[in-house]
Amino acid sequence: MSALSHVPGPTGGTPDVQATDPGTERRGITGYLLMLPGTVWLLLFFLVPLVTLVSSSLYDPSGSLATGYSMTGHVQNYADALSEYGSTFVRSFLYALTATIACLLLGFPLAYAIALKAGRWRNLMLVAVIAPFFTSFLLRTLSWKLLLGDDSWVVNALQALPLVPDDLRLLATPAAVITGLTYNFLPFMVLPLYASLERLDVRLVEAAADLYASPFTAFRLVTVPLAMPGIVAGTLLTFIPAAGDFINSELLGNPRTRMIGNDINDLFQASVLPTASALSVMLMVAIVALVAVYVRRSGTDELV
Amino acid sequence: MVEQAGGLSGGGADLQIQGVTKRFGDFVAVDDLHLQVPEGAFFALLGASGCGKTTTLRMVAGLERPTAGRILLGGDDITDLKPYRRPVNTVFQSYALFPHLSVEDNVAFGLRRQGKVSKGELRTKVGEMLELVELQQYAARRPAQLSGGQQQRVALARALINRPRVLLLDEPLGALDLKLRRAMQLELKRIQTDVGITFIHVTHDQEEAMTMADTIAVMNAGVIEQMGAPEELYGHPRSTFVANFLGQSNLISGVVKSKQGDEFLTEVLGTTVRASKVTSRDLEGDVWVGVRPEKVILQRPGEGRQEELNRLSGGRVSDVSFVGVSTQYLVRMASGQELMAFEQNTGERRPFAVGDDVDLTWLAEHTFLLDARQDVRAGAELGDGE
Ligand SMILES: Nc1ncnc2c1ncn2[C@@H]1O[C@H](COP(=O)(O)OP(=O)(O)OP(=O)(O)O)[C@@H](O)[C@H]1O
Ligand SMILES: [Mg+2]
Repeated sequence: MSALSHVPGPTGGTPDVQATDPGTERRGITGYLLMLPGTVWLLLFFLVPLVTLVSSSLYDPSGSLATGYSMTGHVQNYADALSEYGSTFVRSFLYALTATIACLLLGFPLAYAIALKAGRWRNLMLVAVIAPFFTSFLLRTLSWKLLLGDDSWVVNALQALPLVPDDLRLLATPAAVITGLTYNFLPFMVLPLYASLERLDVRLVEAAADLYASPFTAFRLVTVPLAMPGIVAGTLLTFIPAAGDFINSELLGNPRTRMIGNDINDLFQASVLPTASALSVMLMVAIVALVAVYVRRSGTDELV
Repeated sequence: MVEQAGGLSGGGADLQIQGVTKRFGDFVAVDDLHLQVPEGAFFALLGASGCGKTTTLRMVAGLERPTAGRILLGGDDITDLKPYRRPVNTVFQSYALFPHLSVEDNVAFGLRRQGKVSKGELRTKVGEMLELVELQQYAARRPAQLSGGQQQRVALARALINRPRVLLLDEPLGALDLKLRRAMQLELKRIQTDVGITFIHVTHDQEEAMTMADTIAVMNAGVIEQMGAPEELYGHPRSTFVANFLGQSNLISGVVKSKQGDEFLTEVLGTTVRASKVTSRDLEGDVWVGVRPEKVILQRPGEGRQEELNRLSGGRVSDVSFVGVSTQYLVRMASGQELMAFEQNTGERRPFAVGDDVDLTWLAEHTFLLDARQDVRAGAELGDGE
């Protein structure tokens, strides 16, 4: 009977709620102690490599692993890397963006169905979403390579259709890379969306209908805004790894579909440390900048 | 994005529910319900938890499809109309305020969807509505930043601003403390009188229903037990459920002996008890003879007026509780049954004490007769308080 228990919490993008957290004043030393292991971990495995990375991006490019590098603060590395690999950067972000949008379009209906319509099939469907993680990323992408290969039954079947050219190729195309990215990162989109939609109070959608909102309007004005934290989390979890991915392009693409991850990987393999490091730093900065703008615009600052 | 809520023509906007049944699987939540609510009425739907009140409202709002039956508004069949096309708004039991919108945007939601008013007009209307519910200074807040009572008023404003033909209120005062609830009851009644919209108010608080409504329908297990003005329901209950659920009743086993003029003569515990034909149904044979505890006057044996009063002798006071304005007596009869009598503490006479011998007396017009086949305890546990 207590209608107070139905009072919506400060979810769904309400950053300006002045929630008076009773624990605020009592945090004290316990809070810092709890933060300690994480802080140490981050210092060792994130901050130290980051410093190394940034410093190696400023090495004199004339050195090599054999002869050793000298730290000359060579900022020119960045300009050189950008002029040579700028187009790859653009392509990477374009592919990642396309894959993210595809994931959202595929993932939202899926997450919605699991959260609100699946009933007793819900858990089974969730397991099905996570199931691909039971095999390795590499193996799954290799399977896609077989599936899209020139002699695969998929391609043969498609070629048999009217209007489809007989020399149709799927493998080694941009579409193949984007499809691979979409496939591989779909669970990262579905799970946060599911978490948001599962908490959605359907009575709010009913209230919208009662207040003259058609199903589409109710979806646009109530469901989507309340699912916003999930949408933001999902798109970030998809876009960030997709932008730096190199496996999909390596296995499903061609030399003209190379992504920035491929170049960084190759350069490190070839021990061209300064350029590889400069590209890595730029990728990181670009992603952080894009994410910051995105999160600010979508009004869900509490996620970061 | 302009959706029309109108499209309905026809005369008086009375709501008719014709033979509506709602089943969830095998479970019958609402069973062949018939109701007619006149335009501009304050109608209360009263019943215990789980008796189908919310389900009935949801069917009127269009959020639930009746399994059978029709719902008419002003003569137009709206049974199959989508909820967003019905000129009906709901104040939900849970408020269902949009957590991501400010109070102002919550209130403006319905008008914006209808798209009939200009921006300036919308602002004015929202301002007026917030003033009506005294929340002007909270316009920019989010629902989560309001108290329960304030949220309830936002929910009310959000529905009322649309001036629907029918406003459905689903226990909107349930979450409030007693004092605020009383204040909001008066407020709601005032608003309803001001705007003249048909209100259907669902509650399981009988006192609330009686103070606010013109007409009360008492619902029990999916059917309407009785419908009428509060005084009528209270004075002339037609079933043991209503007699017990709405206030309290003494129900004593009796037999109808004869009809004389405008009275029935019944035999109760060996004495004749007269019941007015106005208050009683035309029954024969075994009956429950009922009288409200506050209508009973206790007298010393043989004392007081004789003729015009019904009188049951041979009672002995078995319990006395003082409750401020009144004193509540339990009187054990020779048959072993305990009857209740509530007396105002006027100080006119020394109160009785436990063990005193008393007669119970009351007027014929305060007697009602009920069918003896009904369960004498029906509704008793549910009706007392909340
Ligand atoms: N969607 C549903 N599926 C199955 N049973 C339902 C459903 N909705 C309601 N019921 C059942 O129908 C009956 C009536 O429910 P309803 O919500 O109308 O009760 P109510 O009179 O509003 O009660 P309360 O005073 O507790 O709000 C209840 O027994 C309930 O369990
Ligand atoms: Mg209810």
